[in-house]
Amino acid sequence: MTEKLSLQYWIAQAEEKNTTFANYCIQNQVEALELPAQEILERMESMLAVMREAVQIGLQGVRSVGGLVGGDARKLDEYLKSKPEKVIGGTSLSKAITMALAVGEANASMGRIVAAPTAGASGVLPSVLFTIAESHHLTERELAKGLVVAGAIGMVIASRASLSGAAGGCQAECGSAAAMAAGAAVDLCSGTPSQVGEAVAMVLKNMLGLVCDPVAGLVEVPCVKRNAGAAAQAIVAAEMALAGIKSAIPVDEVIDAMGTVGGSLPKNLRETALGGLAATPTGRAWAKKLFGHIEE
Amino acid sequence: MIGPSSSHTAGAVRLGNVALSILGEPVQEASIGLHGSFAQTYQGHGSDLALVAGLLGWSTDDARIPSSFDHAREAGLTVTFHKENLGELAHPNTVRFRLKGRQGVASVITGSSIGGGRVLVTEVDDFPLEFTGDFATLLVMHHDRPGAITLVTGILSSQGINIAQMRVSRKQKGALALMVLETDQPVGDGTIRAISSLPQVEAVRRIQAM
Ligand code: SF4
Repeated sequence: MTEKLSLQYWIAQAEEKNTTFANYCIQNQVEALELPAQEILERMESMLAVMREAVQIGLQGVRSVGGLVGGDARKLDEYLKSKPEKVIGGTSLSKAITMALAVGEANASMGRIVAAPTAGASGVLPSVLFTIAESHHLTERELAKGLVVAGAIGMVIASRASLSGAAGGCQAECGSAAAMAAGAAVDLCSGTPSQVGEAVAMVLKNMLGLVCDPVAGLVEVPCVKRNAGAAAQAIVAAEMALAGIKSAIPVDEVIDAMGTVGGSLPKNLRETALGGLAATPTGRAWAKKLFGHIEE
Repeated sequence: MIGPSSSHTAGAVRLGNVALSILGEPVQEASIGLHGSFAQTYQGHGSDLALVAGLLGWSTDDARIPSSFDHAREAGLTVTFHKENLGELAHPNTVRFRLKGRQGVASVITGSSIGGGRVLVTEVDDFPLEFTGDFATLLVMHHDRPGAITLVTGILSSQGINIAQMRVSRKQKGALALMVLETDQPVGDGTIRAISSLPQVEAVRRIQAM
């Protein structure tokens, strides 16, 4: 594999240069890709546009390919609009989980999404970014910078642990997505580079050990709802980090622990659809119904 | 990309793309063997649609992917799918394409979707090899004679193309061999023609970087 990257090293460098983590990461990318910052940010903006479309697709109410999920983002959206007084988690949280479901459902119905870091977990990052964009009145350019931060975090996780459910369980997919979103959120809310690292560490700690157990092997159950859960986790960690709360375990070590935990998960719980929810009587019944005819 | 799974959908499109480049001409007939997790769940993930989209040369974010079968039919491409056990060692998401092109070129290509939409090609026409398509890649089928490698690398460096990695796979000494060259810069048509015209070279295939 590639050499191990260190989030702690990048953070220390950014702190030393007295710059935001986003600006530091952009400079890194400018050097690595040999492209002007302008062009990198424009690419990010076009990704944001795809993400926004995905939210819209999901909100219309779609049906997934396997037929196990769909229509829930719309349900939540309607509920929040018709009974705002009933909301218990605050408007921002409600919006985030609605958008996370929407993108998850768009993905499950073969709509266009941006894998962040994977398709299964593609709802987390856009939901958190767009929620903050609204509450903190951010421009598209600022959000694009948030995406660069998210990408940098994803790169470090990929180099030290894994981003795939098959290798590392859902902690590697939804967990990494939440880490990317939490770090981006902190930077977008004017947190320091160190606070970005604390948020990443805390969210990964809270999602450590999450297994990958997709029913019938489809990216539908539990994946779509896990996107909503992961979005909430990202907000929780970002909030703590922005308040100055620190993780007792440094972020690189947390990422390494995630990698080790992923490696020690039994194969059953790594995208094989043989364990966890996939192995429940109802999970098996779905698998049989959908794929019984091609099973040997 | 188009959902629902980066390894089962985007990776599958990409595998189709790479197989198409290796064949080097539009596909007329494809027989696709699915191994492991691909064989179990390809329909629910749309991997079958995605593989065909890839063979049509579409990108991973083409909104027509869900209807790729119809387009294939219109383009005169016949595709069949079957389960194929490629052995214990094969990655769970592995595909073997047996392709026939419009001009009659045939090729057998095996590759895996290794996560996050990334792929690894592991066999081309019985030559074991490994490349990801993350770089611009050239496959040069050549006669295993002294000097063949130097000539090819010489042409590339004269064009200012830097070789990031290279491997040679051969079945036996002196027989046909396959050079896999991953380059930092894209390789132009002129360069491909120059390499193709070398007497030692049988065929050249180019795979664009992802
Ligand atoms: S359960 Fe598995 S397939 Fe579903 S989102 Fe998590 S890692 Fe991806």
